[in-house]
Amino acid sequence: MRVPLSWLAEYVDLPTDATPDSVMAELVKIGLEEEGAHDFGVTGPLVVGEVLEFAEEPQSNGKTIRWCQVRVAATGMKAADGGEDVRGIVCGASNFAVGDKVVVCLPGATLPGDFKIAARSTYGHISDGMMASARELGLSDDHEGILLLKNFGLDPKVGTDAIELLHLDETAAEINVTPDRGYCLSIRGVAREYSHATKAAFRDPIGNASPELYEGYPLTIDDKAPLRDTPGVTRFVLRAVNGVDVSKPTPPWMIARLKMAGMRSISLVVDITNYVMLEVGQPLHAYDLDTLAGGITVRRAKANETITTLDGQERKLHTQDLVIADDQGAIGIAGVMGGLRTEVTGTTKNVLIEAANFDPVSIARSARRHKLPSEASKRFERGVDHSVAKFAVARTVQLLEVHAHGTGAQIGSDYRAYEPLQPIWLPADYAQSLTGVEYGYDQQAELLREVGCLVATVDGGFEVTAPTWRPDLKHKSDLVEEIARIAGYDLIPARLPVAPPGRGLTKTQQGRRLVANSLAASGLTEVLNYPFVSEEANRWFNQPSEAVLKLSNPIQSESGQMRLSLLPNLLEAAKRNLSRGLNSFGIFEIGSVFKPASAIEAKAVLPAVSGRPTEAQLKTIDAQLPAQPRHLAAVFIGESTPEQVGQSSVEAGYQDAVQSIRLLSHALGIDIRLNQASPLGFHPGRSAEVVAVIGETAVTVGSLGELDPALAPELDLPRRVGILEIDLDALLDAAPQVQKAGPVWVMTAATQVLSLVVSQNVPAESVRQVILRGAGELLESAVLTDDYRGENLELETKSLTFALRFRAEDRTLTQAEASEARDAAVALAEKELGASIRK
Amino acid sequence: MSQIDAATVGKVVSQALEAIGSAADFTALKGIKSTTLGENSEIAKLNALLATVEPSQKAEAGKLVGQARAEISKAYSLRETALATEHAKAQLAAERVDITASPVLRRFGARHPLALLQEQISDVFVGMGWEIAEGPELESEWFNFDALNFDEDHPARAMQDTFFVEPASAHLLLRTHTSPVQVRSLLNRELPVYVLCPGRVFRTDALDATHTPVFHQVEGLAVDKGLTMADLRGTLEHFARIMFGEDAKIRLRPSYFPFTEPSAELDVWHPGAKGGARWVEWGGCGMVNPNVLIAAGVDPEEYSGFAFGMGIERTLMFRNDVRDMHDMVEADIRFSEQFGMVI
Repeated sequence: MRVPLSWLAEYVDLPTDATPDSVMAELVKIGLEEEGAHDFGVTGPLVVGEVLEFAEEPQSNGKTIRWCQVRVAATGMKAADGGEDVRGIVCGASNFAVGDKVVVCLPGATLPGDFKIAARSTYGHISDGMMASARELGLSDDHEGILLLKNFGLDPKVGTDAIELLHLDETAAEINVTPDRGYCLSIRGVAREYSHATKAAFRDPIGNASPELYEGYPLTIDDKAPLRDTPGVTRFVLRAVNGVDVSKPTPPWMIARLKMAGMRSISLVVDITNYVMLEVGQPLHAYDLDTLAGGITVRRAKANETITTLDGQERKLHTQDLVIADDQGAIGIAGVMGGLRTEVTGTTKNVLIEAANFDPVSIARSARRHKLPSEASKRFERGVDHSVAKFAVARTVQLLEVHAHGTGAQIGSDYRAYEPLQPIWLPADYAQSLTGVEYGYDQQAELLREVGCLVATVDGGFEVTAPTWRPDLKHKSDLVEEIARIAGYDLIPARLPVAPPGRGLTKTQQGRRLVANSLAASGLTEVLNYPFVSEEANRWFNQPSEAVLKLSNPIQSESGQMRLSLLPNLLEAAKRNLSRGLNSFGIFEIGSVFKPASAIEAKAVLPAVSGRPTEAQLKTIDAQLPAQPRHLAAVFIGESTPEQVGQSSVEAGYQDAVQSIRLLSHALGIDIRLNQASPLGFHPGRSAEVVAVIGETAVTVGSLGELDPALAPELDLPRRVGILEIDLDALLDAAPQVQKAGPVWVMTAATQVLSLVVSQNVPAESVRQVILRGAGELLESAVLTDDYRGENLELETKSLTFALRFRAEDRTLTQAEASEARDAAVALAEKELGASIRK
Repeated sequence: MSQIDAATVGKVVSQALEAIGSAADFTALKGIKSTTLGENSEIAKLNALLATVEPSQKAEAGKLVGQARAEISKAYSLRETALATEHAKAQLAAERVDITASPVLRRFGARHPLALLQEQISDVFVGMGWEIAEGPELESEWFNFDALNFDEDHPARAMQDTFFVEPASAHLLLRTHTSPVQVRSLLNRELPVYVLCPGRVFRTDALDATHTPVFHQVEGLAVDKGLTMADLRGTLEHFARIMFGEDAKIRLRPSYFPFTEPSAELDVWHPGAKGGARWVEWGGCGMVNPNVLIAAGVDPEEYSGFAFGMGIERTLMFRNDVRDMHDMVEADIRFSEQFGMVI
């Protein structure tokens, strides 16, 4: 809401030096947040000038300019800029005649957009100022020539200050109005709030006036399908105004106020209805009375009914739309937009003014349905004061009489069907129990009366009836907010509550931090990506048969799905880093993926909010939610060790992914194995499934390896990209609750080296596991040190060399004992894997 | 008969001493050990000759040879010590490196500052006995709106530009705030409840310098007997001081949220703000609306509660001088690397 200061000052005392900023600083205290200050951006000298004479001069560019002599000060007097009384001005417009009064911007003036006026040389003359159009002054979009003051009904003296004349010194404060404060979408409401903030005197524009209501215009209210049992219309006031001269101009002060309030001047009648709406918050509509066929009916739209609205668009109506209709059909979507057929035009003589109260829900739905959020619908959605309609009509009629020379007719209509607001019981100690502030009994009553409530003091509390403009005050806690904000939130003391002893982070929460910190410490950089992906990218690592979630309203249609995997966006992030010249890095992300078990079913009945839902209802809600496991993914690109002094580079690849998984296995105390595999999207020969072993069970938690080289060019990535993705929730579930310790033996160890020849398709890890099992408890560790293939070996075989370390609990082992254990390992490997000792 | 007299012995000694003295380095000295002191040395030969010396002269000759050997040994070990020190010195000198040119064995990684900030905030509240609650990012409309007192036709519902999931009739959406976790916590936990809910939220804003469709919030909820706005203010002040220093303070301004009543906007006095200490808009807060308590089965006549929430991105921007939202969402590793592992 933009509030012109001169307008605000009519209804509340403003300090003489008030500025938009000072007004906003006061309003923010009672909950109207500041959005910004506005002004015309015009500074003088701007004066009224009279065209004395001009010569038309055709130019080589095809244009014809006028070289004008313009009087800007009384004969012999100095002009406002200290210069001569008559100036030579070059003008491109041709809509003026000798004798016309115009606005002259003298050298030194500034126009909107920081456009500085100076005497300048143009078309062979010195143009000593400028004659302005309405657009150049920021008054309207009219640029069809310069502004002629006679068109505003003005004939001021030459030399008059045009800024004052046209109210170009108007300024406005813009505030953000929260949805509960519909009444602040009016000067009346903001003036009241300003008075709350500053205690300055408030003068209600509605005052104590009791305008007369008129009958006789046929009106039928026929709402056969109220929404949510609420009638579509509760108040409907009509009044006819005859003999309106629509050719009369809107007065400059009204244009300036409308402009500063953020509305364009359109025509006198429309401007007046907008002006009254801004002033008191009541949306109004004016019909051309002579275009109406029969009386007015308020009803729901019929099936397949259409209307052409003021913007010229034909719209198909919905049977939930509340419409205003005459005998020929709909003439307006109630509270949203009027119809073209009955609009006020340049030939209108008699108008019918409408002010109504419509059901907020009905208006909100219609505005949304037709994508027509308007100044009117915005107010109706938030609730309009029921008591305002008749004043708004009377004020409109009065303005039409003054400015359009119309006559308020003794004909109109008045329908009312609203229930008075019920009183709310407010216990005397309730405000303190919510705010911690000790308000006095009388003080509470006084504060509530200040916002307009009727307060009856009853033993132990108050019976409070909200004012008509506060339909949002429904519960005693709403009243507490009023008490607290008018008294000031600064009164609220500070006290630190003591929570019951907490259990700290859960095991999973600690696990996630450990994983992220370990990976970062090992050289990976954490990134956070959006969870939106394209349909295509969602299938890089996931089977086409997997169900997927689609957004109804994605920001970009090409990323319209929720990710099934973290890798696609992580690879995009890698690409972005590469494109910025960073060519070696490891990045990781921890985040949710979205995995519906099947296509989402349409039926979902949401429980009421009148109490805790049943367990069955809660189960139904949660059953509809797709699984959203937290995943961990990483991408390794370039060199994992760069070439440097005394060190050659190491290319990044699957090894980095394996190293990261080993790190996590170590850090989390989880036995993790790799099973060579070819998951979708991975390099078929350089990848594995990641398996967490918990006791006797093995759970596949993800995949690692290298990106399928077939995808690399599509992604603009190098051929070798190490990748991994695991279900972090599943991995952390595999971590032991309590890590149990074994003995640490301290006797001297015996070491041996063992080379076993096995078929090339036997994984080294399988061999190692067999050795560990076969050698028994004396074998402390077995580390693979070499994989040899080639000369002196049979085809398709390889020789794996392991460094073995043996140790006993109670004695220094002899080599003979170590050899015995090693031979047992060899025997088992021979039996299970067909291995033989390398000769 | 062999002759072992002073002259002969003296000659052997002086020859040996000369050899020892002229050994240039440790290796050369080792090389002459056998010829000066070893089995083939002249002194060893003299020693062997002792057996052939007449018994009357044996004592005298033995003494001469013994003294000579001792003299040579001493000279050798003196020389050895001197050369060893020199050798070690030379070796150390040869091993000298430019330590500033030490290679980077592993890259240095970094956490994302948005993740770090959420962890740091969580720790503040865990330290007060609160627990960290979490909920799904893809949420039921009931938890995101209905249970939080957003009427289905109220403009507040349209204010939060919501991502919906197909089909619309399933009433599934990407949560627009972390507040649904409030309701889940009230439904799932025993009272009293003191929880902090950090997490990711979604609104259909296009990415620009100050907006992103995917961002993070942290939300606090306390429901207990006798809680008031004073407890809210006390909690927020404590929190603000930990985040922004001892001089930080907070200011509450009346506002509106469907799920709190009374509601307030929260400003923090940020002593370390770029360009000088000032008030900064930080978040929203208020007393839990009785309708929310009712929807979660909590009796508002018995219990009251407060809730607050703030944006993590926004906090990071003004606390750590991050200038542009793009930096936080583009996954450029240079951004995270500035923070390392601390925030």
